[in-house]
Amino acid sequence: MNSDKNILVSQDLDVKDSAWYWDKFFQILMFISGVSAIFLIVSIFFFITKEGFSFFFESFSFREFFLSSAWRPTSLSNPTHGILALAIGTASVTGFAMLLAVPFSLCAAIFISEFASGRVREILKVLIELLAAIPSVVWGFIGLSIMNPLIIDLFDVPVGLGILNSGIILGLMAAPIMTTIAEDALKAVPDHYREAAEALGATKWQVTFKVVLPAAKNGLVAAILLGVGRGFGETMAVLMTSGHSINLPTSPFDSVRALTATIAAELGETAVGSEHYKALFTLGILLFLVTFAINLIADIVVKGNKRH
Amino acid sequence: MKKRTRIKLKRNVVFLSHRLYFLSQSDSTHLNVNRTGRKMGNRALLALVFLLGCGGNSDREFIQNKGSDTLVNVAQAWAENYVSVDSTVAVAVTGGGSGTGISAMINGTVDIANSSRAMRGEEIEAARANGVDPIEHTVGFDALAIFLHPDNPLRSISFAQLGSIYGDGGNVDSWSQLGIEMPGCSSGEIVRVSRQNNSGTYAYFQEAVLGEGKDFGLGSRDMNGSSEVVDLVASTPCGIGYSGLAYATEEVFMPCVTVDEGSDCVFPSVETAIDGSYPISRPLFMYTAGQPEGQVGAYLDWILGEMGQCILFGKGYAPVTSVVCS
Repeated sequence: MNSDKNILVSQDLDVKDSAWYWDKFFQILMFISGVSAIFLIVSIFFFITKEGFSFFFESFSFREFFLSSAWRPTSLSNPTHGILALAIGTASVTGFAMLLAVPFSLCAAIFISEFASGRVREILKVLIELLAAIPSVVWGFIGLSIMNPLIIDLFDVPVGLGILNSGIILGLMAAPIMTTIAEDALKAVPDHYREAAEALGATKWQVTFKVVLPAAKNGLVAAILLGVGRGFGETMAVLMTSGHSINLPTSPFDSVRALTATIAAELGETAVGSEHYKALFTLGILLFLVTFAINLIADIVVKGNKRH
Repeated sequence: MKKRTRIKLKRNVVFLSHRLYFLSQSDSTHLNVNRTGRKMGNRALLALVFLLGCGGNSDREFIQNKGSDTLVNVAQAWAENYVSVDSTVAVAVTGGGSGTGISAMINGTVDIANSSRAMRGEEIEAARANGVDPIEHTVGFDALAIFLHPDNPLRSISFAQLGSIYGDGGNVDSWSQLGIEMPGCSSGEIVRVSRQNNSGTYAYFQEAVLGEGKDFGLGSRDMNGSSEVVDLVASTPCGIGYSGLAYATEEVFMPCVTVDEGSDCVFPSVETAIDGSYPISRPLFMYTAGQPEGQVGAYLDWILGEMGQCILFGKGYAPVTSVVCS
């Protein structure tokens, strides 16, 4: 009886006036916006696969592609598509960047979340978010015109464009994002953990190191992985600061070339449908798969965090 | 409640139409200046203006011009000056590189493609398969200069030396091998600066200097534009680079070039490119789909005429015909 009455009341309230139509309109609009992300990611994957896939059947050789460092797609006599040097270039620059950015941003996140308070914390948060908003071409410009002569002067090397320059710039670019996410992870640790530890007589540092960090472990790993993904996919700044040279590096001063930068530099001048074009799209597929994997792992790690 | 929203809406409509009117006004002034980035915006605005039916120049004809970064500055200057010759034609110039222009020509999306290298056989075939018959027009010559840091004591360089520095399997990687003591370059390493592998400049250097079928050695710093090459060499004492003469600045030195032992060493200049004594001077091309007719034909004739060639000369390139420029 009671429930019938309720239904009757709710139907009475459902007057189809303009507000009702607006409500429906926005519900549909939100639904489309939400679902479009799935649609877009699937169609992007489809597109790059469609453009690059036939490369696998025509001139693809597994040995050459992954184990040779000779990237000569436009050679008239003997075109080769070896990505070893490009992959190592990307890995070395990203690795160097993480070496700098991970400790730096974790410490920054711990300071903001655990030690800073009031105004200091607010100002720091705003500034770090502002740092994340600097366009990558501006970072590249800083690397090219400030870091390059500085590195030449300091280390007496012939050219300042290389892993060191690129890694520092990329580290500075990835740090704000990692700091923000790591700070969120630390924030998500319930306050009663800290209160309990403090009640047992732990110092601030003991609370942070023994209680908060282990509890936020998964979130911190996710932050690092997203930073790695950021570094891996960054194009413009790397193109401008790495020296863009096909080279197996032996020291941090060596110039290298990244996968992303290769696509950016060469795709614009390639005839659509040519072998070179397809090879570049194959690089795109590779990049897509790697960043997808990194994001997926980060996501799974975060999910694991929530379960505990 | 409802009334208020309606009034608000009306205000917005009035505001919007004002904005559009303002945009259409500013649009007509923008059209006289042909700048790459504005092209799309102009088009979108034009479409809006036409939709609203409030003015716009419907009898103006557009010529789409795209390609070589080497030629883009000249192409821009031609387009800007052509307005004073024929105000009914607007030339939209886009850079992006020779390859970009040629693929646009193959796909039939441009009227004129600029290129600093000749179209390859397979590219011409691809165009014909698409129903486009590309016709080549030589619009000027460009001397490819070798750039060195001004502190570098090297004053002349031969094809053989360039080949052993840049070529695959070349064995010269330090300045001392050329008998040079470089101040400010303590490691003595030659920092090779090159271009990305599908630029017209790269292709021409490969063909003319390294020789047919020879590849570049890996490990050069591959820059994305001629001015980047000049900038990097200017700031790198150990550096060597090459690019169009028009991009040279005071901060780099250009050595004279010899083809082989015993031949004259010629410095790059517009004059030596004109008389053909400079060994690495290349023709610059414009491609049209079929024999140019109508407005495109008139534009090309003007480019090859005295005024067009003098603009080219003024930008640091060698004209095709001998012209007297003021």
